[in-house]
Amino acid sequence: MTDVNHFITLLTILVLAIFVGFEVISKVPTTLHTPLMSATNAIHGIVVAGAIVATVALFSSGSASAGLVIIAVAAVTLGAINVFGGFAVTQRMLQMFKGKGGGK
Amino acid sequence: MTGFAVAASLLDLVAISLFILGLHFLNSPATARRGNQLAMVGMAIALVVVLVQTGGVAWWAIAIGMVLGALVGIVAAIRVKMTAMPQMVALYNGAGGGAAAMIGVVEYIVFLRSGGAALDPVVSVSLVISMIIGAVSLAGSIIAFLKLQEVMTGRPITYPGQQVVNAVVALGIIALAGWFIYTGGAVPPWGFFLLLAAALALGVMFVLPIGGADMPVVISLLNSFTGLAVAIAGFEIDSVMLIVGGAIVGASGTILTVAMSKAMNRSLTNVLFSAFGSAGGAEPAAASGGPQNVRSVSADDVAVMLAYASKVMFVPGYGMAVAQAQHSVKALADQLEKRGVKVLYAIHPVAGRMPGHMNVLLAEANVPYDELLDLDDANNEFPTTDVALVIGANDVTNPAARNVQSSPIYGMPILDVDKAGNVIVLKRSMRSGFAGIDNPLYEMPNTAMLFGDAKASVDALTAAVKAL
Repeated sequence: MTDVNHFITLLTILVLAIFVGFEVISKVPTTLHTPLMSATNAIHGIVVAGAIVATVALFSSGSASAGLVIIAVAAVTLGAINVFGGFAVTQRMLQMFKGKGGGK
Repeated sequence: MTGFAVAASLLDLVAISLFILGLHFLNSPATARRGNQLAMVGMAIALVVVLVQTGGVAWWAIAIGMVLGALVGIVAAIRVKMTAMPQMVALYNGAGGGAAAMIGVVEYIVFLRSGGAALDPVVSVSLVISMIIGAVSLAGSIIAFLKLQEVMTGRPITYPGQQVVNAVVALGIIALAGWFIYTGGAVPPWGFFLLLAAALALGVMFVLPIGGADMPVVISLLNSFTGLAVAIAGFEIDSVMLIVGGAIVGASGTILTVAMSKAMNRSLTNVLFSAFGSAGGAEPAAASGGPQNVRSVSADDVAVMLAYASKVMFVPGYGMAVAQAQHSVKALADQLEKRGVKVLYAIHPVAGRMPGHMNVLLAEANVPYDELLDLDDANNEFPTTDVALVIGANDVTNPAARNVQSSPIYGMPILDVDKAGNVIVLKRSMRSGFAGIDNPLYEMPNTAMLFGDAKASVDALTAAVKAL
């Protein structure tokens, strides 16, 4: 059965993370809202770690049929697109933001 | 806990700290790049940890996915045009949502074939919720992409009984999800896949009636959805990393969603359900009979006005993005600055199709970020501005928002361009803006219109100023 203590710990982490998110993000100026979106986009690409764990679970369970493997690989692929694309596009945008006189 | 598991958890903690520090550094353009790099390092650490933990199981399947995803993601990131950034962000976002949904599918089938009686309640609840939200986000992001890419119309798509259909689908989803949770995941495959299909359908249907000008809200909201799906998936596979990463993004998406709704003086419900700018919205425009006394000017006249001004404010909107005129705008600004004219840019929070859209385009054209003013700062400057040059912006400059109580946009904070000495509006034709509302700005005595494509008009102005 559920380990209630463990669940409460995870829930606490979730709630605290939401507060930290609000605090940190509310200080980002409007100028940077697009890079902020693409950067946070890349961070939720951490879902790729979940896709990897699910793939491992699939193979370990011994019920890995071709169709399921395709779904698992697709999940990893989508997660990886999210991570790599998100960070690359953010870096590309941020490189363009320059102050007066071309200062960075 | 083995020593290895402890090390893995501690490394995850380092990765989480780097995510938060990275986002912290995004609070200023000067440190933002370092912030993104820190977040990248955090991600690299988290991925190495999870890859080592696999112990080599399924290595080839994971490798195929990672390499393919990295290639597609990076190539797309390098090739995408800055004007197409909103749809790119929508696609990446959909990819994340899709991954969350697929994790649910894989976990469900593995459970089904294991012959187990019931899932742990935490797992069954989080599995089904993260799958639903992920699927809504995937389908919604694809529709947002198609609208932004103009594969399908950017106008709201409505049909009779739309709200009822949406409500029925939503209720069906709740019922099926309840069944799944009640039985601990022991539902037959048809029930599970019907649920998945219904969630995808809901994602499509909730974005269909939302118009192009409301896209900044939708993109932020979908971003927040995917964050939420990822955080909940963290409970499903017992991963603190996913919980924290997803929660931060959920919070960020929520902040942006609220900020965008506020900048339009509309509630989120109104944005999502009112099909703003659809046929019904055209009524007030027809009643007033359209603009009467509009003054049109030539590029040469405007060039003289600009060249002898002391302060000029550029007001870019979606029209600048469509015409890809940002480099031409910068060239005009350079010419004017050479003559000692002070040039500033007024950026409305919802100008364009995603939060901060105009800032990115102007940054691409090498406009220093300290010349870009936000709503309040710009409005302080307008009374002392000689010429306001409106480039492809419409509703965000409409004074009806201030003083016409019957206007659909009444109460929306706008850029007070009408308070400038002279207003020049660059516009393709007299068609009303996205919301289908007359803009009294165009009939004001200090306003003149310069008709034509935004890029062509700005180039003509630059040439004319140069010739003076």
